[in-house]
Amino acid sequence: MPILTVKKLTKNFGGLAAVSNVSLELEQGELVGLIGPNGAGKTTVFNLLTGVYKPTSGTITLHTNGTDKPIQGLKPYKVCEMGIARTFQNIRLFKDLTVLDNVRIAMHKNVKYGLAASFLRLPSCQKEEQELVERSMELLKIMKLDHKKDELARNLPYGEQRHLEIARALATNPSLLLLDEPAAGMNPAETAQLTEVISWIRNQFKLTILLIEHDMSLVMKICERIYVLDYGQVIASGTPEEVRTNKRVIEAYLGEDVNNA
Amino acid sequence: MKKLAETMRNTKSWSKLLLLVLTYAIIHLLIIFGIIQDFQQITLTTICINIILAVSLNLITGFTGQFSLGHAGFMSIGAYTCALITMRMPTIPGFILGLVAGAVAAAIVGILVGLPTLRLRGDYLAIATLGMSEIIRIVFLNLNITNGAAGLSGIPQFVNWPWLFVFTAGTILLIVNFLKSSHGRACISIREDEIAAEAMGINTTKYKVTAFAIGAFCAGIAGALYASYFFFIKPTTFNFQKSVDVLVMVVLGGMGSVSGSVLAAILLALISTFLQSFSELRMVIYSLILIIIMIFRPQGLMGSKELSLSMLSKLGSKFSFRKGRV
Repeated sequence: MPILTVKKLTKNFGGLAAVSNVSLELEQGELVGLIGPNGAGKTTVFNLLTGVYKPTSGTITLHTNGTDKPIQGLKPYKVCEMGIARTFQNIRLFKDLTVLDNVRIAMHKNVKYGLAASFLRLPSCQKEEQELVERSMELLKIMKLDHKKDELARNLPYGEQRHLEIARALATNPSLLLLDEPAAGMNPAETAQLTEVISWIRNQFKLTILLIEHDMSLVMKICERIYVLDYGQVIASGTPEEVRTNKRVIEAYLGEDVNNA
Repeated sequence: MKKLAETMRNTKSWSKLLLLVLTYAIIHLLIIFGIIQDFQQITLTTICINIILAVSLNLITGFTGQFSLGHAGFMSIGAYTCALITMRMPTIPGFILGLVAGAVAAAIVGILVGLPTLRLRGDYLAIATLGMSEIIRIVFLNLNITNGAAGLSGIPQFVNWPWLFVFTAGTILLIVNFLKSSHGRACISIREDEIAAEAMGINTTKYKVTAFAIGAFCAGIAGALYASYFFFIKPTTFNFQKSVDVLVMVVLGGMGSVSGSVLAAILLALISTFLQSFSELRMVIYSLILIIIMIFRPQGLMGSKELSLSMLSKLGSKFSFRKGRV
């Protein structure tokens, strides 16, 4: 059963077609890679999926709870409410807030108490705040950040900032998680650890994951299917093995790296 | 362990309450015994009104990150509404009605102005809010009911220290509670990173307008208190200069620090009172003090930290402290 269907998605910036006629389909529970050379339009696809950009044409349909909802052109917070969460290529944490606050903020959309309760700090507010802390700590524990809950996000080492971004995305309780280069700037040991974390959270939270990545060791290891983007178009898709041996892919992007991966 | 934390929280809120009651009682006694006389009471009132203005502007500018230069406009709506109502109903219920009506009117204008302008960022928003507050001033200047440039005089005077205390402490308490809640954190996340906030499910427009409305509401209260205490208001009382004054308090105290705003409001009022004996040089010295403080504390007196009881005790013992925000 598919969870996300993208049909003929196109985005033009002036005369430039950053993404043209991209069609994707993600099955429930799949871990799919989106790869391609720099400037291929991968992040633009993410921005279209999450509502940062409005598509020039094409449709994006999310299938959750047995209903099909078109989500193209919705505002980002609406898309998030529908169950799509993301991380950013250039880390976008709330830098001057604590690790705990970063995660708690992402839980805000499910907070039930109203403004009046928050002004007067009514019991309903206090109780729910307590629950927020407990649930945040669970997520932080998973990402091994619980001992740093009071640290400012800006003071975390780079690798932990990436982990915190994933924890924050999980806090929105998504059914589809989009990871934009989660291993960028990590060393091989950190990447290996991240690879494990990603497949673990997918099983634990029953997530569907779409990830952009340049690190071929990570992509080839954990992705079940891969879409290859070049000049805004899907030039190949299939299992890692199929993509690895696809001639167009080799020409466009992978080159020598394939054999070394 | 959990119990210990709870007792600590209880003692903390008790000591806060004690501090509030003590502040109230001490100043009340000083007034009764005539140590704080009429002239000092004016300073006291100015301090209270400025605290309300600065803390509420800090919510908009320091915490939500929306640079606003229109606080005097909201204040004037509260002042005129309250004045017009109490002049027709010169009783305590009339004053309360006027105060609430003024605050609500200011909040409504805040929402109406906020919806279209809050999509602007930084300096553009500053210009838009500045324009808004000038429009409000010119409307009051030209209406018959507000008596134009001459303003309104003979407003029934109800405000005294208990009123001031209740509204000042109340504003601080409500805003601090709000900032500690999930809704408050949503506002703060907008300042931190608007794109990330929206991607994490925060309706950024809604929370910018909410912060704007709360700020305007409090400014309306401050205006109502002003009108009722000084019993004379005119449009120039609420000009651009007034908005800048409030902004100076927020920046001086520290963007994103409620206690900083309180501290700055008190400090600036005291400085300008002491300087009244230096008639011509007054503004020069005042400006010099501001410049010197900003050179040595560019992040404001408090930065983004909060003054708290535990912090004071920690300061006592020489250890350095690490503290997260909010």
